[in-house]
Amino acid sequence: MNAQAPAREGQEVARKEMTGAEMVVQALKDNGVKHIFGYPGGAVLPIYDELFQQDDIQHILVRHEQGAGHAAEGYARSTGKAGVMLVTSGPGATNAVTPLQDALMDSIPLVCITGQVPTTLIGSDAFQECDTVGITRPCTKHNWLVRNVNQLAAILHEAFHVATTGRPGPVVVDIPKDVQFAKGIYTPPQTAPRTSYRPRVEGDQDKIRAAVQLMATAKKPIIYSGGGVINAGPAACQALRELVELTGFPITSTLMGLGAYPASGKNWLGMLGMHGTYEANMAMHDCDVMLCVGARFDDRITGRVDAFSPHSKKIHIDVDPSSINKNVHVDLAIIGDAGRVLEDMVRLWRAGAKADKAVLAPWWEQIGKWRARNSLAYKPNDDVIMPQYAIQRLYALTKDRDVYITTEVGQHQMWAAQHYGFEKPNRWMTSGGLGTMGYGLPAALGVQIAHPDALVIDIAGDASVLMTMQEMSSAVQHNAPIKIFILNNQYMGMVRQWQQLLHGNRLSHSYTEALPDFVKLAEAYGCHGIRCEKPGELDDAIREMIEVKKPVIFDCRVANLANCFPMIPSGKAHNEMLLPDEATDEAVANAIGEEGRALV
Amino acid sequence: MNAQLQPTGSAYFIAEQTEKDETRTLAVLVDNEPGVLARVIGLFSGRGYNIDSLTVSETEHEKHLSRITIVTRGTPHVLEQIKNQLERIVPVHRVVDLTAMARERGQERPLERELALVKVAGTGDHRVEALRLADAFRAQVIDANTEHFIFEITGRVSKVEQFIAIMKPLGLVEVCRTGVAAMNRGPEGM
Repeated sequence: MNAQAPAREGQEVARKEMTGAEMVVQALKDNGVKHIFGYPGGAVLPIYDELFQQDDIQHILVRHEQGAGHAAEGYARSTGKAGVMLVTSGPGATNAVTPLQDALMDSIPLVCITGQVPTTLIGSDAFQECDTVGITRPCTKHNWLVRNVNQLAAILHEAFHVATTGRPGPVVVDIPKDVQFAKGIYTPPQTAPRTSYRPRVEGDQDKIRAAVQLMATAKKPIIYSGGGVINAGPAACQALRELVELTGFPITSTLMGLGAYPASGKNWLGMLGMHGTYEANMAMHDCDVMLCVGARFDDRITGRVDAFSPHSKKIHIDVDPSSINKNVHVDLAIIGDAGRVLEDMVRLWRAGAKADKAVLAPWWEQIGKWRARNSLAYKPNDDVIMPQYAIQRLYALTKDRDVYITTEVGQHQMWAAQHYGFEKPNRWMTSGGLGTMGYGLPAALGVQIAHPDALVIDIAGDASVLMTMQEMSSAVQHNAPIKIFILNNQYMGMVRQWQQLLHGNRLSHSYTEALPDFVKLAEAYGCHGIRCEKPGELDDAIREMIEVKKPVIFDCRVANLANCFPMIPSGKAHNEMLLPDEATDEAVANAIGEEGRALV
Repeated sequence: MNAQLQPTGSAYFIAEQTEKDETRTLAVLVDNEPGVLARVIGLFSGRGYNIDSLTVSETEHEKHLSRITIVTRGTPHVLEQIKNQLERIVPVHRVVDLTAMARERGQERPLERELALVKVAGTGDHRVEALRLADAFRAQVIDANTEHFIFEITGRVSKVEQFIAIMKPLGLVEVCRTGVAAMNRGPEGM
């Protein structure tokens, strides 16, 4: 790289002539990127050539672009930094669409760099051409097609800024091949971003004061936290924990928010929502003041909206104004970063609100009664491994380690959320909003790359895991000893559960008749395979999985027909849960009325 | 797309619409860059919002700013969402609900104007009548020969529609409308 114009002192990298491909690598370095996930192809070869000639950025080669995206998501969620993926034009870009939408719905900072055919060929239906910015426009926070090499550096910096600030999300920078070859002036990251993009971070102090006052008068309060608290960083989680401690309020969390408050904390009610605990959902329904922080009243959380927490005053803290009043009308909305607002609340509560915790005693007593229903109970079995038991044993045998959990989507995901205790934020990577089967395996790869010495486990289902199984090959290549713990019931369990609930037990295409032999499959990939069929052998098998220093596929054969309870059936409210001890065949068949059937 | 058919609440439960639809005129100030209009339109189609009218043009050349005027319809809840979702688009600077602003200032609605080109062909009485009515509507003749007129008419949407309706039996051939341009009365900017 030849610096043509002498730059001012201390800004050697500042303004320099280089090719577009060089700029990509330089911009990645300047934005603190250490790892990228990608797959080469014709339209990104100049960038790959630059990657080849440097050592600062490690490239993780995947087997499918979807894998690169989910790996980058796992990387991002477990580190709090942006995940970066690099793919080629056409099919490379279209294969990236699923992870982009996944990151959009779960607010994950993901920077996707795509190659494009040369600018002169755009629109000519050239080989491996697609309208990448058109296709990805609705599934990104923002995207750019770079037509001029002199704008490339500024766009890349802006891409990182947009992806990581405000409500985080995915961005795409589409770079035509001729722009990668062209020479231009590189500009360093700027502090002043574009004027139209100014996310609000600081909450309105008057509103925060009003919220604290409202909370101080509560007799039946609840805190409902979400992924936004985790996105806001460790300080935000700390502030949340302090607020819970100070107020003595019970706290529940969404699927995405697990770990912000420790599962062992005494105020923890467990996850809420469709497969949440009875106590969490009942407390949401009966509360008088609800503090929602960093969550978005998703339909898996609210159940029937017109019967959602009918007697409460609702406070909503969110960095994204469009989340306010979207699904549920709230009484007090505070726009701002969850961490900042929570810190303000802690400060104000300390300073002013001398609420008597004894006021909450009857509320806690009521919660105790709901807890006593033991809504996560299941019938233990000595002959077959119950899936809940498998998660509990996995938890017991791994909890004292430096462990990260990812999941696929389905019953196993819900069982993991219910039965694995998360004590820290950024330890739980799952596809919540989009519900992407196949997320967990590549996500585990991304987590392991970020934390090479940690124990990274993908709690998987037999159907989901086959969707991105090819990434085991990437794990082997990059010495990422990820553990794929498959709860194998030979069904698409959640699909089957819904067919039982809604479609007269007609199990249309939810049984996988020709599953591979997962142990042999592991061996074929150069991994270690384990099969376990007996509850008595489970602990030893899990220990073996932990001890083996290579990627492991663990085929845990579980009870085939176990279903996931408790459950709020379609069209029902929080206080109409179906509990495991009530979930007889008849109750299951009649759980969802005619109307609910149409709703999903 | 019709927002009325779009469930607003959860996927579990489609709440009945109890609020009434209102019509609003929004002014959206955006960076004039490729794809910005597609982002705005895509938001409306993707989320099932209505567009009754849309106009766009660069208004501040040096700053590369364009102003998009959108006439939309929805319940107050949906209208609030539209505004919030528009503001989330990165190149969007501001979204101003001109209708709400006019009401705050004690006016019924913002100034709204539309321009239409209306081609009418015919001879004899129809031709005379068309010209007479055009004069009554203060429409300009911008092109004519012995068999046709092209009128240019500017005014409120209702006036333009009325004019077009009247021209129909007199030999209406073709209509081109710009959509609504809108601004609030008084000395203050938006």
